[in-house]
Amino acid sequence: MAALSSITDAGLVARCRSGDDDAWEELVRRFSRYVLAIAQQAYRLSPADAEDVFQDVFAKTYERLGDLRSDDAVRPWIAQLTRRLCIDRIRAGARETVDPDAAHAGVDDTLDELDEALSVQEALESMSEPCRDILDRFFRRDESYAAIGAALGLPSGTIASRISRCLGKLRDLLMEENAPLTRHEE
Amino acid sequence: MYDEERIGELLRAMAPAPEAWVQTAARLPATRRAIDQIAALAEVDAGFRDDALRDIEGALERAGLEPSPALVEHLRDRL
Repeated sequence: MAALSSITDAGLVARCRSGDDDAWEELVRRFSRYVLAIAQQAYRLSPADAEDVFQDVFAKTYERLGDLRSDDAVRPWIAQLTRRLCIDRIRAGARETVDPDAAHAGVDDTLDELDEALSVQEALESMSEPCRDILDRFFRRDESYAAIGAALGLPSGTIASRISRCLGKLRDLLMEENAPLTRHEE
Repeated sequence: MYDEERIGELLRAMAPAPEAWVQTAARLPATRRAIDQIAALAEVDAGFRDDALRDIEGALERAGLEPSPALVEHLRDRL
C-alpha cells in the first residue's frame, strides 16, 4: 500500500478501473475521512445515516468510475456525490416543517474547509514516512508526546521539536505546491 | 498562506472513518464478484435460484458475505 499512497488520484482511478483491488482500497482510504466529514460536519447526519451515505458513496463510485470524464476529477466528483446523497437522505427523513436547505446554511463554508483539509491530508501523505507518522500520531490520533515517544522509541523531549520540524516541511510543501496539491506521478 | 497553527487545525479537521466502514467499502470489488457468481449460477440453475430467493441471507453467507440489508436488497434485485 505504500507505493499506492503516492499515486495521483488519476493514476489510482485508472488502476481501479483495470480491476486492481488494492488500488480500490487505497481510493477508499484516501477519501474516507473526507466523505465522513462532509456527512457529519457539513450535513450533520446521524451516525447511522452517515454510515449509509458512506457506503452508498463508495458503492456508486465503484459502479460509475467508468463514467468519469476526467480521472483527475474524482475528488470533486466524490464531493458532489456525497453532497447529493446527504441531501437525499435529509429530504427522505425530513418532517414537513423542516426545510432541508435552510437547515444547512453554512454548508458551503464547511465544505471549503474540508476541501482545504483534504489538500493538507494529501500533502501529508506525500511526505517521508517518519514525518507522516509523527504528524499523524500527534494531530490526527491525538497521541501525547509520551505515547509517541514510547511508540517510536524516542525521548519524549525530542518529540516537540520533531513535530515542529515536520510541520515546517509540510508548510513548505503546501506553499511550494500551492494547494490543492498534486501527487507525484508513478 | 499557511502557518503551523492553521496546518494543525486542518490536520485535525477530518476524523477517521470507523475501520469497519472502511473495510466494508474496501471489500466492494470482492463482494460484487461473489454476487456476480451467485447471479450467474442462478441463471443456469433454476433450483439454485429458488433456494437463493427463499433464503437470501443464507446464500450470501454461503458465499462468505455478511448479509447486510443493502447487500440482501442488491442480491434480490440481481436474482
